[in-house]
Amino acid sequence: MKTTVVEPPVPSGAPVGLPAGDGRFSLLPKTSFDGRVETELLEVAMGPHHPSTHGVFRMDVVLDGETIVKLKPVFGYLHRNHEKIAENVSYLASIPYTDRLDYLCSMTNNWAYALSVEKLAGLEPPERAEYIRVIMAELTRLANHVCLIGFLAQDMGALGTPLMYGFREREKILDLFEALSGSRMMCNYMRFGGCRLDLPPGWVREARVVVDNFPKFLEEFDNLLSGNEILMARTQGVGVLTAELAVNAGITGPMLRASGVNYDIRKVDRYGIYDRFEFRVPLGDHGDVYDRYMIRLLEMWESLKILRQALDDIPEGPVMDPNAKIRNFKPKPGECYERIEGPKGELGFYLVSDGGANPYRYRVRPPSLVNLTVLEDMCLGHNVADAVAILGSVDIVLGEVDR
Amino acid sequence: MDEGLRSELSKQGIFTSTLEDLYNWGRQNSVWPLQFGLACCAIEMIATSMARFDLARFGAEVFRPSPRQADLMIVAGTVTKKMAPQVVRLYNQMPEPKYVIAMGACAISGGPFKQGYNVLKGIDRFIPVDVHIPGCPPRPEALLHAFMTLQQRIDGQRLTGKSRPRHLNAEAPSEFPVPQFGAKDLEPPFNPEVWQPPRLVRSE
Repeated sequence: MKTTVVEPPVPSGAPVGLPAGDGRFSLLPKTSFDGRVETELLEVAMGPHHPSTHGVFRMDVVLDGETIVKLKPVFGYLHRNHEKIAENVSYLASIPYTDRLDYLCSMTNNWAYALSVEKLAGLEPPERAEYIRVIMAELTRLANHVCLIGFLAQDMGALGTPLMYGFREREKILDLFEALSGSRMMCNYMRFGGCRLDLPPGWVREARVVVDNFPKFLEEFDNLLSGNEILMARTQGVGVLTAELAVNAGITGPMLRASGVNYDIRKVDRYGIYDRFEFRVPLGDHGDVYDRYMIRLLEMWESLKILRQALDDIPEGPVMDPNAKIRNFKPKPGECYERIEGPKGELGFYLVSDGGANPYRYRVRPPSLVNLTVLEDMCLGHNVADAVAILGSVDIVLGEVDR
Repeated sequence: MDEGLRSELSKQGIFTSTLEDLYNWGRQNSVWPLQFGLACCAIEMIATSMARFDLARFGAEVFRPSPRQADLMIVAGTVTKKMAPQVVRLYNQMPEPKYVIAMGACAISGGPFKQGYNVLKGIDRFIPVDVHIPGCPPRPEALLHAFMTLQQRIDGQRLTGKSRPRHLNAEAPSEFPVPQFGAKDLEPPFNPEVWQPPRLVRSE
């Protein structure tokens, strides 16, 4: 990404501070702008321990007063060798690791991985499994977006209340996941060729209760936040991402749609059975933080629409492809890339098989990492306090950024 | 104190206690954790402090962003070799008395990522850990249990003698050496004061 920052001229003979980049504070050389005021640029390392960096992420910002003139994201503090480990274990054993990629949305990670292995091995999940997957993915989207909005509000100073509301609703969705898979967060639920287990008795009824009660919460959330003067002042016109830059930088997901580009992989690829559901894709006009917040709120309404249709239409039947082999699974040599519309954007898995029991190459296309690349372009010229809001609106999860 | 006298006094509205009990009662119910999440477990840590599980019942809902104001560090998540120096530095910056809960399989041993080249095999190699919680991630109930275990531990500390807390023991170290990333691995790879590699002892 090209940035428009002009490096301040370094006068010869000026005292040079500590070398930058080792994570410590360093004073850059003194510069004078048009000879009037002697100002000093200050390099600040925000993170890796910072309450608003959503984990262990560092932003090296260069400040002119309060204004950001340069920003360098530094990550790798949570590099857990996911890809290397996955190349050394069997295809099946990677599924629990995919849970821990984006740890707020384990179900969609499972789905993206299962989808690529299915393409590699030529498996076809039965219809009931497809419905279950859609239900899980949309529930995950709800859980992710409520958390995100809560965190975003918390970053801007609303300590507690919105996040507490969000987590209250998330717990109800996690209860559904737990009843199904036995685990709240790390579901490890989907398999190549279907799903691990059938829905327990009464699950659909419970899910319908959650889905039916969700609009009440969304309206409450909407009333609480959308018209809030502080939120509008802090977010409108802040961190504008133009559609052109978003497309060129490969931004996907709600961030791209907030910039006004109509691109939803559920509509473009129609993977799974998304062609059967009626839903709309909300788009933003300005591409600022407020639009990104609003897109997520509107997306939750659309997810509820999909959920209602899927819960009504879900057929009976098996949940596993009878041809699927769980043990001693060796797909034939080849490569594949499959992607889904995760809650954060395009989540894809690229797999190369050499016919063995482990993938020869395993690569994750993480939406958070790619969306993070335009952070500097969005933050330049804004106050340092706005960088926190902008980062919050990108929706990163460090498990996925660093892998 | 005689039990009969104590009950007689309490009937008269006089509450008797020892200074030690009062001191520990106050300390154990105001443990302020450091707002410090590393990975997946941090989400469960946040969930614990939210409405359903309500960490505030234990007097520990005040998550402090600054280590200078915190009593408890919850190491919630995978500690990588890039992050380990920062974790130890944060621990050093906390005032005494300070406690550590290692939350989750990664923090206690490296967990599922143990085979990774960049993952620290347990934070107890560098800092003393009071409570370990297994699980990947541990449920919020498990974190609550760890809190209660820590509270019992604080309650069991005496003001004098061998089991006195570290802030009353001038000889107990308050800071630990911060590892640096060397040519291949963290240097030193562990702090011999708090952790030693297990030794195989063959039976005769």
